[in-house]
Order: sequence, then structure tokens, then C-alpha cells
Amino acid sequence: MTDNKLNNCATCPAYNKGNLIKLGINMSDFDYVVALAGNPNTGKSTVFNNLTGLKQHTGNWPGKTVARAEGAFSFNEKKFKLVDLPGTYSLLSTSTDEEIARDFILFGQPDVTVVVIDATRIERNLNIVLQILEITDKAVLCLNLIDEAKRHNIIIDDRALSRELGIPVVPAAARQKEGMTELLNNIYLVASGEYICKPRRISSKSKNFNNSVNKIVSEIEKEFPGLPNSRWVALRLLEGDQKIIDAIKSGELINLVKVNSLTTVPSV
Amino acid sequence: MGNQENTKEKLLNTANELRWEVGENFHDTLLESIYNNATEITNLTVSYNNKGRKYNFDSSLDKIVTSRIFGFPIMFLLLALVFWLTIAGANYPSRLLSFVLIDTFQPLFRSAFIYFSSPWWLTGLVVDGAYLAAAWVTSVMLPPMAIFFPVFTLLEDYGYLPRVAFNMDSLFRKAGAHGKQALTMTMGFGCNAAGVVAARIIDSPRERLIAIITNNFSLCNGRWPTQILIATIFIGGAVSPHLAGLVSAGAVVSVAVLGIFFSLLTSWSLSKTVLKGKASAFSLELPPYRPPRIWQTLYTSVIDRTLIVLWRAIAFALPSGIVIWLVANVTVSDVSIAEYFINWLNPLAFIIGLNGIILLAYIIAIPANEIVIPTILMLTVLVSGNDAVGSGAGVLFEINSVNTTGELLKSSGWSLLTGINLMLFSLLHNPCSTTIYTIYKETKSVLWTFVSTILPLLIGFIVCFLVTLLFSLF
Repeated sequence: MTDNKLNNCATCPAYNKGNLIKLGINMSDFDYVVALAGNPNTGKSTVFNNLTGLKQHTGNWPGKTVARAEGAFSFNEKKFKLVDLPGTYSLLSTSTDEEIARDFILFGQPDVTVVVIDATRIERNLNIVLQILEITDKAVLCLNLIDEAKRHNIIIDDRALSRELGIPVVPAAARQKEGMTELLNNIYLVASGEYICKPRRISSKSKNFNNSVNKIVSEIEKEFPGLPNSRWVALRLLEGDQKIIDAIKSGELINLVKVNSLTTVPSV
Repeated sequence: MGNQENTKEKLLNTANELRWEVGENFHDTLLESIYNNATEITNLTVSYNNKGRKYNFDSSLDKIVTSRIFGFPIMFLLLALVFWLTIAGANYPSRLLSFVLIDTFQPLFRSAFIYFSSPWWLTGLVVDGAYLAAAWVTSVMLPPMAIFFPVFTLLEDYGYLPRVAFNMDSLFRKAGAHGKQALTMTMGFGCNAAGVVAARIIDSPRERLIAIITNNFSLCNGRWPTQILIATIFIGGAVSPHLAGLVSAGAVVSVAVLGIFFSLLTSWSLSKTVLKGKASAFSLELPPYRPPRIWQTLYTSVIDRTLIVLWRAIAFALPSGIVIWLVANVTVSDVSIAEYFINWLNPLAFIIGLNGIILLAYIIAIPANEIVIPTILMLTVLVSGNDAVGSGAGVLFEINSVNTTGELLKSSGWSLLTGINLMLFSLLHNPCSTTIYTIYKETKSVLWTFVSTILPLLIGFIVCFLVTLLFSLF
């Protein structure tokens, strides 16, 4: 009877945390790369520590992480490399910490980007989520600090949120280690391709805006077939981002399509 | 290949043309769309349960700690409280450690070396140089750090640091610097190298450079022990015993605040001269107060901060101990190298109210500020030939209480002025070599690294000179 119960547990997805092996900084031969992104001070480093078993110093103030930290864990017999990116409010400006985050998501091409957001400040946090969804198709939203949201009488329909954004949404309280199993499961599902994201794209009321973006996207797709983030490239081109113009001229963008590796990540 | 070049050109041309069409406010349209989308999603997914609206503790607390009237006094009081706890709490464990490491183990080691008939110079280098320096650094630094870091980390975890930045923001803006410099400055109170790296959060290169150059004005943890010890001996010693703790804590806070003042002054001068420009706007989020998890904080602050800093200090103290022993024991025509240096530095040092020993100690201690005090004490014993209190010339002095340290320094001609100037000079001198290297790595400029190194030193000389001048008037 007891045996049976135990077996049942082991096959239930909720038991899956038992499959988590914290690998610390042992990052050899990983199968997937996972990036942690989001606004400053939403608990990215706490999630990072929970998953890798490392003890990155966490602090209750924005701007604690300015370089990226890396760690590893193994889950469902797959090895994951986890990269903790600096917290940013947007990916559109030019400070060094934002560039580190943006370049990694854009050029590092993580298999999954986990966006950690503060459940008590959803509207403001969604700005970065929407921008990240312009860059990558594979993302998981970690709705962190859900306990504080409850304390502040905020009710969040996480299933509706998931529907609107087109990616899995996991309510979590990382400091209390709650929701980590579900997060792991969803990271695994997106990384392995079992869950196919249909990310929401930014739509504008301005027809001129939408037309211009679409026109360039089709040109880009002609020139670089299979480029995963052509919409982002289009947006940057319309803003006249010199870095992207150079990447097109030098053909670096082609590498993005061909080589799905970390070799193009600028060193920090 | 040529064909590909053509299509690339075409793509860029189309982009260029469209850029004209969408016009200059493309960026605004994009941001507006993002905001609209975010609002739309929020309206669909978030609702509020407003039954019996709860009293909002956070915003009430924020009203007090960031208020115009109470903001700064609360900040200074908290800072003073942290130092008072550190000073009051560190004395006894310090004495215990020095009793074990220096009074007990060091003689044991020496007899062991002599027993195995090691040559005198080897015993000197290892036992009287390297070991004693490391033991000294441990007993002086470990207790204050083990108290200071956890208390400071608790404040940090609770969410107080962004409030400090909020209070300081308008001051920094008036100085033409970025408000976030308040955060990098606070980081510098832990370690200047970390503060310099933290300046990455500042967008504008001009303001980031200012934050990097002025970070050295934040007293780092290598300098706190110097401040605390000298304040206890010379400032605390000048008032009645029951006030000593409070007054010395006040003195340390004053030096820290003076550092903030110089940080602002230098930022202002730079932004008015070589780094001209206006402060850029930014939004600072005040995170919710979060009850700190006491045990985890204690654990991480001891492992991540205390032990790492201590380890660094010991790693630098070992070779420095050897260097100190060498300069004190290698003689040229019967005078040690150290004495040559000290006599050569003395004239300059006296003008600024210090002495040659202090300046030489600061040169030896460029790799780590932590070893300044041990070096000063050792050199003092050597020069004054005060064999009665130490265990002989050229040996790091054995300190078992703050009182004997004080007596030794006073008997070697130190006065209240020397104490004050040492505290000032400890605040205002070149950054340690790790920080200098970090500045170079972050700025990639030899010129700005040079400026960041020399500028505080220059200010230090000027300030100490003026204080000495002022003292001679009375």
C-alpha cells in the first residue's frame, strides 16, 4: 500500500521536483540554455539560487545584478544552463546592463527565456515581457511574489494572462520556494518543444506603424529566411539602431540563423 | 555574393525610406503601443479585492523615512547605531582572538621553529612577518566585520537602501550627477571595486564616469577598522569613558558623511568642468519592505561577505608581512631600509600633520587597505625602538588591547591631530590596487584611471594640510 502510494507520487508531475538536481557551476554538456530576465528587484536571483543551489547574493534593491551569472541544474534527465541577466525596465535604451540582457536574449538565443515579474506591479512589468516576446518565441512567465499580491488584495487570473501572452504563466513565491516545481516543468515543456508558444506581438493603433513593420519584416524574411526574431530586427531598423544595421551589413545576422550556439555572445 | 550585397542594400534602403515615413516619433509610437498593450492585458487579468481596504504599512513607513524633515536624521541615526553596535560588540572578541592567535600561538610557533633549528631569517619571515600579519588582520577585522555586515545586510534586505538613494537623489542631481550614483555609492561602503562595477546601472557615459571616479569617497570595509580603532583611541579617549563609545561612533559617522560630501563636491566640480552636462532623469522604484529572513541573511553575509573579505585581507597580509619584515630588517650601513624611507617621507608628512611611518604604511598597503594599521604599528615599534612593549624591532607589534595600542602611538609622538588626520587620510587617498584595476577594466582609459587614483590623494593632502594649519592656530 505504502509502496503503491510512493509510486503514484513519483509519476505525478507535482512530484517532479524530486527530479531536480542542483548542479551549481558545473556547466559541462548542457542540453538547453535558459535565461532569467525581467525588471530589477523581482527575485530573479532568488529563482536562480533555488534552481542551481548556488548562493548568489540577493538584495532588496534594484540593480543588484549588473553582470550575468551562470549556473546549472538537471531536470528530467536533461541538463540546463541557467543565466541570470541584469534586471532591466526595457530593452530599448543603451545602458550597459540593458545591453547585456538584450544581447544575450538576441544573440545568445537561449532555448527558454524565463521572465520573472512582480505580481504586485503587473502592468509596469508587462512592458519588458512584451518586448522580450518580440525577440523570442520561447518564454515562460514566472509570476513571482504572488504571496505579496495576495496580501495586497490583488487577484490575478493567471490562466487568462497565459492566454493573452501566449506563453505558460507560473504563479510563484520564490523566497518561500513555492511554484518552483511548476516552473521547472514549464521550462522543460517549452525547451523540449512540447509546449509551443504563440507569443503576443505588440500591436499599434497606428496603421502606418503596423504597415511599415510588416513591410520590413517581409523584406528581412526574404533576405534571412528562418530568422527567429525578424520583428525585433524590423523595429530596431525603424529606430535606426546602428548596431543592427552593422549586423546586417557584416552578415552577423545570418550567423544567428545558422549557428544556434553561444559563440556570438559578447563577453562581459 | 554580389547579389546578396544588393539585397542587403535594398533592405537597408527600404528601412531608411520607411523611417522617413513613420517619422521621428516612431520611438514614441512604439512605447505608446507597448503601454497600451500592457494596460489592455492588465485590465483583462487583474482585479482588486477592495473589501475592507487594508492599512498600508509600507507607504506610511515610506512617508517617514523619505520625508524631507526626518529622512536624513533617520539615515544618520541608523548609520550611527550600526557603528555603535560594531564598536561596542567587537572589542571583547577582538581581544580574545588576539590572545589566542598572537599571545598563545605565535610564541609556540617561534619555539617550534627554533626547536627545529631554522635559520633566524626564516623564523623572522614566516613567524614574525607572514604569520603575525595574518593573525593581526584576523583579530582586528573579523569581529567588526562579523557584526557590521550582517546588520548592514539586514537593512539592505529589508529594503532600506533604495530609500537612501531616494533621499540622496536631489543632492546628486544638483551636483550634476545621476541619482543612481547614490546606489553605487552605498555599494562602495562595502567594497569600492564592487561599487565601480555597479556603476554599470548608469546609462550616460558621463555620469557613469563621475560615479566611478567618486566611488573611492565611500569608506570601504578595509577602511572601517582603521576608522573605528583610531576613533576609539584618539576621539573616544578624549572624552569621559561612559560617552566614549557614542562619541567614537559619531566620529566615524562624521568621516563617512564627509566622504559623501566630497563625493558630491567632486561630482559637482567634474560636471561643471571636464565632464560638462546635465543630470539625466530616471525612475527609481521603491521596492516593498520585505521582512528579512534572519538566518539566511546571517549565513550569506558571513559566507559571502565576511569570509571573502577576510580571506582577501589574509591573502594580502601574508606577502605584506614578509615585505614589512624585510624592509625593517635589511640594513644598509646599520640603518634599515624602512628608516631611510621614513626619514625621507617625514618632512612632507609633518606638513600635513601625519608622519613618515603612516605614509610608508600607505605605500606598503596599496594592495589592501586592511593592513594599514598593522603596518603602522610595526613600523612605529621599529623606529621608536620601543622594545619593552613589542617583542623586538622588526616584529609586528603584539596588541592585546586598544589601550596598549593607544599608549604605544601616543608615546611615539602621536597626538589628537595625528589621529584626526589619519582618519581623514584613510578616507581621502588613492584606491586599493584591486579598485584601480577595476576602474581600468570598466573605463578602458588610462587617463581616467590615473585621475581616479590621483585626485583623492591630492584632496587628502590638501585637507590634511588645512586641518594641520587650523590646529596650529589654536
